[in-house]
Amino acid sequence: MTAYTATVTVRLKRGVLDPEAETTRQALERLGFEVDDLRSADRFELDLDAPDADAAVDRADEMAERLLANPTIHDYDVAVAER
Amino acid sequence: MTVAVVQFGGSNCDRDAVRALEHVGVDAERVWHGDGIPSDATGVVLPGGFSYGDYLRAGAMAARAPVMDDVRAAAADGVPVIGVCNGAQVGSESGLVSGAFTTNASARFQCEPVHLRVERADTPWTAAYDEGDVIEVPIAHGEGRFEISETAHADLVADDRVLFRYCEADGTVTDAANPNGSTDNVAGVVGDRDTVAVLMPHPERATLPDLGRSTDGAGILRAFA
Repeated sequence: MTAYTATVTVRLKRGVLDPEAETTRQALERLGFEVDDLRSADRFELDLDAPDADAAVDRADEMAERLLANPTIHDYDVAVAER
Repeated sequence: MTVAVVQFGGSNCDRDAVRALEHVGVDAERVWHGDGIPSDATGVVLPGGFSYGDYLRAGAMAARAPVMDDVRAAAADGVPVIGVCNGAQVGSESGLVSGAFTTNASARFQCEPVHLRVERADTPWTAAYDEGDVIEVPIAHGEGRFEISETAHADLVADDRVLFRYCEADGTVTDAANPNGSTDNVAGVVGDRDTVAVLMPHPERATLPDLGRSTDGAGILRAFA
């Protein structure tokens, strides 16, 4: 077994309204920054052991499918690195 | 012969639900989620509140609690199951109905009376009404915007699974009457079975005559009678 950190990034699908991000963008503008658009995402870092990198990706994928993301509104991607 | 009102850590409408159900003549009791659904439960209410502090997403944690296996089994047996507000979020997160409830378009928590058009009168939840009736029931949520993919929405409409839409007092469905930016003004839906329903507005807050301006929600709770 090898020790990995799997990073799962969950973001709203394109086209799904993100009022929180828009509110944040407006706050940045109030601070004097010019921002055309702002997208936010949740990042989960999962320390786990797996036989190889593919297996680590599979485990993280399943965690995203079953809990970390809601497939109705979210896309996600997974990256793994040895730790 | 009792309706189980499931209490998660952070539920806060469970007592209101029990009281409103008793008012319409339905025996109900609060059931701690860790104790499971009693095998003789005649119905299940997933009440409003902030289960697990809305961690990750509203309803996400409660939807994965072991008690939801009991709820799904009861639903599959035809036991009436309703999710209200946070209970609706739990219901959609657990796959009892399609779609998702997420942050209001206003980005604000909204606590106000709304009008709902009854889209179907042939379900247990709406047998007290006629199709097209307008009822007044309050909302109280920050994450009530109904989102659904285009294809799933087309199926929802084709299968006639929209139970309530936000509307004007005269029943017209308009953008202005949509409090949270919900797709197609959807306020409540049924699942694969008509005996499973979720809605963001609170019928238990529009049942007791002493509580306020409307008792229109009582008809929804009479599904358990």
